[in-house]
Amino acid sequence: MTNPRIIEVREKVLKQNDLLARSLRQQFQDAGVFVASFVSSPGSGKTTFLEKLLARLGQTQRVAALVGDLATENDAARLRSAASQVRQITTGTICHLDATMVQKALEGWNLRDLDFLLIENVGNLVCPSSYDLGEAMRFVLLSATEGEDKPLKYPTIFNTADVAIITKMDLASAADFDLPAARRNIESVRPGMCIFEVSAKRNLGMEDVYSFLQAKVHERTKPQSV
Amino acid sequence: MHELSIALSMIDGVLEHAKKQGDVRVEAVHLKLGAFSGVDKDALEFSYGIACEGTPLEGSRLVIEQVPIVIFCATCNRERALTSPQPLSCPGCHSPALDVRSGRELEITALEISG
Repeated sequence: MTNPRIIEVREKVLKQNDLLARSLRQQFQDAGVFVASFVSSPGSGKTTFLEKLLARLGQTQRVAALVGDLATENDAARLRSAASQVRQITTGTICHLDATMVQKALEGWNLRDLDFLLIENVGNLVCPSSYDLGEAMRFVLLSATEGEDKPLKYPTIFNTADVAIITKMDLASAADFDLPAARRNIESVRPGMCIFEVSAKRNLGMEDVYSFLQAKVHERTKPQSV
Repeated sequence: MHELSIALSMIDGVLEHAKKQGDVRVEAVHLKLGAFSGVDKDALEFSYGIACEGTPLEGSRLVIEQVPIVIFCATCNRERALTSPQPLSCPGCHSPALDVRSGRELEITALEISG
């Protein structure tokens, strides 16, 4: 027995996930599919929002979706009315998706046949923040009925996301939702964040999100096509 | 709570490194944990103990070095540490902090081994 000695390691705990996510990102890019992920707390209207967004994108593009939940196939069943290729990822007790789950769920799909892949994460504003899924863009959703201080309570997830969507805006006045405060709170934990206000149910503001995604895809593919 | 998943990933990484050292026992694992990593220190310590049970790491210590959020403020032209990410702005001039230099760490830095 020798005395304890120290060896230096310097390795990210989630190295395996990060490596796989990087490889997925490359595959998505090579196949020309734009991948967006969606995180929110449970009940924020994520599935309704995605139903509408998939239907709109599907009018002109080839779309698919992965849906993460602890249990049930309910969300996938709902999204199937809007897109033909939908797969449920049932995580059991795991509170987030990781890159391995995404990779497994994609088995058998030809990415080249897709323009958009939308990934709905498990409803949770804490755990998904640590896991890169290889997405090009992460959306965080916050509903008007949840209250305007959610971004302050969950700064990490807001900070790791690229775009914020305030959902259920049709209920804003009934819920006494303070929109300027919500915007300020988002801005304070993620300065410069792009924010959309929508009511998926009433189809309000959805066209802006659609145009934004179209522009992002165009922006990205432009340099390659020249 | 995803700290149990994090602890399991840690154990995989640690065992892989320990194996390279031959027949050794890991006494302690040193980890850098950023205040903006999304991982809770207490929950991770708790999960680590449970996750190590029945593995060669059972009984090992987890030594966590907490890393504050450090931003670079372009207005002040210097780095500044934040006590909280709400708001994510320079404590000196209150400009929005667009450049986060550290605080997201979730990194195994060293192992204490014996044998």
